[in-house]
Amino acid sequence: MRQDFAAHVESEAHTLRFPAYPVAGLAGASFKPEHLPSILADRERRRFFEVHAENYMGAGGPPHRSLEIIRREYPVSLHGVCMSIGGPGALDKAHLERFRRLVERHEPALVSEHLAWSTHETAYFNDLLPLPYNAATLGKVCAHIDEVQEAIRRPILLENPSTYLAFRDSTISETDFIRTIAKRTGCGLLLDVNNVFVSATNHGFSAIDYLSDFPLSHVGEIHLAGHAEQSDDEGEPLLIDSHDAPVVDDVWELYEFVLSSVGAIPTLIEWDSNLPEWPILKAEATAAQAILDRRARGQSDAA
Amino acid sequence: MPLESSQRDVGPLRYAAAFSSALMTPDLKTPSLVIGPNGKSGTKRYNVYRNNVTVSLIDALAAVFPAVQRITGVEFFRAMARFYVRETPPRSPLLFEYGHGFPEFIERYQYASQMPWLADVARIERSWLDAYHAADADPLSADDLADALSERLADLRFAPHPATRVIRSRFAAVTIFAANRTGSPFGEINAAEPEDALITRPKYDVVVRRLPPGGAAFLLALLAGRPLRAAVASALDVAPSFDIAASIAGMIEAGAFVSARIGGPP
Repeated sequence: MRQDFAAHVESEAHTLRFPAYPVAGLAGASFKPEHLPSILADRERRRFFEVHAENYMGAGGPPHRSLEIIRREYPVSLHGVCMSIGGPGALDKAHLERFRRLVERHEPALVSEHLAWSTHETAYFNDLLPLPYNAATLGKVCAHIDEVQEAIRRPILLENPSTYLAFRDSTISETDFIRTIAKRTGCGLLLDVNNVFVSATNHGFSAIDYLSDFPLSHVGEIHLAGHAEQSDDEGEPLLIDSHDAPVVDDVWELYEFVLSSVGAIPTLIEWDSNLPEWPILKAEATAAQAILDRRARGQSDAA
Repeated sequence: MPLESSQRDVGPLRYAAAFSSALMTPDLKTPSLVIGPNGKSGTKRYNVYRNNVTVSLIDALAAVFPAVQRITGVEFFRAMARFYVRETPPRSPLLFEYGHGFPEFIERYQYASQMPWLADVARIERSWLDAYHAADADPLSADDLADALSERLADLRFAPHPATRVIRSRFAAVTIFAANRTGSPFGEINAAEPEDALITRPKYDVVVRRLPPGGAAFLLALLAGRPLRAAVASALDVAPSFDIAASIAGMIEAGAFVSARIGGPP
């Protein structure tokens, strides 16, 4: 399932404050305000940018100003980090309302959140924490996604997590869990290929098997990112989803494998810490765009 | 012998309570609900989350308080921030709102007692970020004020701009803040010189100004909705040399207010 904001807006007979740029077939990059002058100097048209929703939840000031400048020129993807969709507690109503207002204010082409949780009772842990996969958590996650989608009046894309451990009381595979969520809630999926590679390494499964079992027809966006390597208690590699380095070759290969079955899905290079100069991040996005374009040409040649 | 983490949390939806119970308490054992794959241990794996949580929150404080970190050095700052993070984890997912209690924490942090001005520098930095994210509003201009001027000038009350903050210090907090915020070299500072700060953001740039004697009393009275007459009296009480004309011109230039009117509180 693809999210198409232009179609959504048409059906809502809503007046847009920003152009309804299509995002189909584009590669994008995380937007960091320090890159704004370089991005504007570039004048590259075929690109989209993704922001973490929470960084733009202040009342005003420079963050909204730079996002408005970007939004006037490019499609934007709004990526929520803190909704705690995977938590057992009720969603934070105030946070959901801030999220709704942000969607309304900046008219993003894509809206996404995580299969994870970060708040428990009153404490916010600032990390994407894992959850067990069983019937009880499945029901909870689906109810949370319904609530978010009703609030913002459009479907979200749910991102598969990267994890370092498992739970004793998980009874459902991650791919089955995600497939059922998409079916029950009508949400789309954000497939983070680096997360698949990280989790596959950490849990000792095959990334290709995981992707072959993933409900790829629901994917509306792909994430690519770099990771760091540590080791587990047994001295074997434990990969950390750090978003602080270039995409590794193994992940590029998995990406091509995914595109061979789903076609040219909007693809984002995530880079959140140890931030490079814009040309480095841009080169990663350009590499993804070349793969997308090759895939799109391949499809039209075949047609 | 490590303490047991909370094991009473059973039931399919108690995982967040059990998982989070030991996240910020390194003395507790790995919660028993987590495992590694294929019979592997979950300890180092769980510790990745422990580390992510504490380190990312310390990083968040460092982003809010860069001058404090420059003053103390990175190692001192991160040790101090670690105590604060564990004592007071954020209650909001908006990290740019984190650390409002950090200045008070610094005041009672014994290793910082040699730097009695550090908490006030932190207060200025916290207000700087509040101003940065405050709602946008067009400040009151000199022309607006001229239009409002009348024989009842003394009865004017002013509506604050959402970004405006005043911080009073018994120390040279403004000079110390400014010297450590930019990263450029600076000369000797007499830390014992009391300084008050006015923080504003008329458009997109946050500006921190040092107020003249009486300036803080004057602005705090206006920010509280009191009329100009009362604000001037408050200022003259503490500083007989208080310059009324220069202070009104200064607050307009700083963009501290959005409107002025005669009558009841704005």
